[in-house]
Amino acid sequence: MAAIDGPKGTPTSGAGLLAGLLGIGVFLTIFMASRTPDPRFMVHAYIFMAAFTVALAVLVIGISAGRFVQSDDKYEDGVIRAGVIASLFWGVVGMLVGVVIASQLSWPNLFYFPEFGWLNFGRLRPLHTSAVIFAFGGNVLIATSFYVVQRTCKARLAGGIAPWVVFWGYQLFIVLAATGYLMGVTQSREYAEPEWYVDIWLTVVWVTYLLVFLGTIWKRKEPHIYVANWFYLAFIVTVAMLHIVNNLAVPVSPLSSRSYSLFSGVQDALVQWWYGHNAVGFFLTAGFLAIMYYFIPKRAERPVYSYRLSIVHFWALIFIYIWAGPHHLHYTALPQWAQTLGMTFSIMLWMPSWGGMINGLMTLSGAWDKLRTDAVMRMLIASLAFYGMSTFEGPVMSVRAVNALSHYTDWTIGHVHSGALGWVGFVSFGAIYCLVPWLWKRPRLYSDRLVEWHFWISTTGILLYIAAMWVSGIMEGLMWREYTSEGFLAYSFVQTVEAKHVANMIRALGGLLYLSGTLIMVYNVWRTIRGDVAALETNAILVQPAASGPVPTGTVAAE
Amino acid sequence: MADPKHDKPTPHKDEVSGVDTTGHEWDGIRELDNPLPRWWLYVFYGCIVFAIGYWILMPAWPGLHGYSKGLLHRSDRGELSIALHDLSAKRGAAGQALVKASLEQIEADPKLQAYALSAGASIFGDNCATCHGTGGTGGKGYPNLRDDVWLWGGDLNAIEHTIRVGIRSGHPDARQSQMPSFGRDQLLTGEQVNDLTEYVTALSRRKADPAAVNRAAPVFQAQCAVCHGVEGKGNQAVGAPNLTDQDWLYGGDRNSIHTQIWNGKAGVMPSWEKRFDTATIKALTVYVHANASGR
Repeated sequence: MAAIDGPKGTPTSGAGLLAGLLGIGVFLTIFMASRTPDPRFMVHAYIFMAAFTVALAVLVIGISAGRFVQSDDKYEDGVIRAGVIASLFWGVVGMLVGVVIASQLSWPNLFYFPEFGWLNFGRLRPLHTSAVIFAFGGNVLIATSFYVVQRTCKARLAGGIAPWVVFWGYQLFIVLAATGYLMGVTQSREYAEPEWYVDIWLTVVWVTYLLVFLGTIWKRKEPHIYVANWFYLAFIVTVAMLHIVNNLAVPVSPLSSRSYSLFSGVQDALVQWWYGHNAVGFFLTAGFLAIMYYFIPKRAERPVYSYRLSIVHFWALIFIYIWAGPHHLHYTALPQWAQTLGMTFSIMLWMPSWGGMINGLMTLSGAWDKLRTDAVMRMLIASLAFYGMSTFEGPVMSVRAVNALSHYTDWTIGHVHSGALGWVGFVSFGAIYCLVPWLWKRPRLYSDRLVEWHFWISTTGILLYIAAMWVSGIMEGLMWREYTSEGFLAYSFVQTVEAKHVANMIRALGGLLYLSGTLIMVYNVWRTIRGDVAALETNAILVQPAASGPVPTGTVAAE
Repeated sequence: MADPKHDKPTPHKDEVSGVDTTGHEWDGIRELDNPLPRWWLYVFYGCIVFAIGYWILMPAWPGLHGYSKGLLHRSDRGELSIALHDLSAKRGAAGQALVKASLEQIEADPKLQAYALSAGASIFGDNCATCHGTGGTGGKGYPNLRDDVWLWGGDLNAIEHTIRVGIRSGHPDARQSQMPSFGRDQLLTGEQVNDLTEYVTALSRRKADPAAVNRAAPVFQAQCAVCHGVEGKGNQAVGAPNLTDQDWLYGGDRNSIHTQIWNGKAGVMPSWEKRFDTATIKALTVYVHANASGR
């Protein structure tokens, strides 16, 4: 973990302070590990301790060898390169776990491991969701935001060593969360399962992230703040707020891995879905829209379609999204008036969501031919198509009458995955395909044909996945509500499970295809980083823009 | 902010679209000065109008005391209780008739029987299928309810009683019996258990070692015949299975038979008396009876 920018420059600020804090951390975690009666807490204390010790050793050796220096006339790109690799690593892990749990649902006898409790569906399912959303998606967001904010502000990342603290601190959070799920440490809050001490750690990391981002904007050399940075900032600030409120809890003891939420009953449910829905809204929508707003105009080499649309849809999205959470609790103990508000705000959210899609799609006007010639561009645009589809489907499903059918069924799973695989996945892949040659200073990707393969295999996977879930979701919803003429439920629950068997298998196949596409991408990225060019494509026209775009004026030069 | 230099943006015309840019530029990215798409704006307004209309008609905004009830005076809880009332009205008459009628009368009356079968199927699916399977064909350790073989009796009254009190359920009147663990508790020697395995195999008219069968005969009469009968045909009063047929709860191969004699495994079925009302138990009884051979 070294922010090595070469021999010249000033010592990286904050490295000494960080070393001191890490030293304190090592002693604190040794104390915790030795005093706790809770074996799972002890495991986590040791993980903390190991991470702090390694970081401290690297810092001390690095500082004494004079390695931690920075020069303000260069962009900090090392942390972004690390982020790209981490994104791909966690992406493969998360998707692989997804395929495993899809197989468990399809073939429960084959993928059942009673002697390994940690391989149970109940443990692996949060591992899958957190790995793809926070480990994969989070790393993509952090890496791209660090890239975009530097380029569009013409300023090196603020905070000296702090961006590396964010990167490694976030990886530590992921490891703690994942090992916790497998050991059974969970507070059972959707998309927020890690326990109190992991939450506190993430808060520290996240606030550091916010300060790095704000600090970079503060010292920008552009008069205005680019739209992508509004979205990144909204994402960082709102996620901090959501995370802190949703995780307010009282630990059983300072040495216990258990805690109790500050909320109870229906208030608790509402807080959880206020968090849960806005994790979708501000993490998976606002954050990735920021990626879209930089990488699509950059790749298309066309201006953003409408500045006014970006302003209006940004503020409309921010204002309306935060209210939509109650639509996850239709026909529950939540008061009906709150359900009404959740539903109507979700409907009003339709056009603000689509504003991003329109702005992205129309940016391509004048460059539509790139859909045919550039698979990376096609991936970015396909992501917007899936974005548009799922942000239309969402408001439809929020309507109470529709929700009465769709709620608790596979339709919801399909909806989430058309957004996750189609939108979040594809826009991330597109951004990474752009970033890798820029960051490693390669003239082009190893192979454009492999990007084509990735695109088509993964698109087929998504379509199989969501079509299977529509069919099984609507089918089971209809079966659940079917009455006989004598007034009894026509189907038992287990019959609806049996009826979904074929759809479940198609879903597992779709997931496997999507994972295969990602593995192709990993191979392509690896060969690109090595500096290879596929034999058949050595004569292909270079479609990549110059390594880092135009060299900015002012004191900051592209690294 | 870092001393923002408010340079006057200098718009320039985008040659492809003929539209002016805003004059800003970041890392080579410019922005066109296009207006909001009209259709986008009008659909957005439409959604807002819909939302406001919905607020006026339905329960919507909270206040200090309660919330706005809406012009339609709709209420989920009110509608739920009406729906439940309608449902019980729909079931009601027949449900009452089930309580009064005897099990035999229910089977004899086509209308009552149809009602009982529909109710029974629903109850069976959500409560019994977990162990006995959705089709009622059971599995190893879980009796098949679709055949003629009954451990505790298969007539209407016997089935109803089993549902009510359960088997080894802890209910004071539960169907109760326990096969000893002859091997594990060292009631018999290992050789005796081996011989008995041959004997039981022979009972169901399969080939077995005649010497072992001869050795086991007195043991069977002393230890097993009390429950399974002198001829091994079982006894429904104590839930002892017939050993002479081809139906085996825990498997009929030598290994399974040996294991069962050794361990004396016995299953548990819950008592449903407190969970189901009389009409429900009757409906379930008729359903189970009808789906078996009907005897």
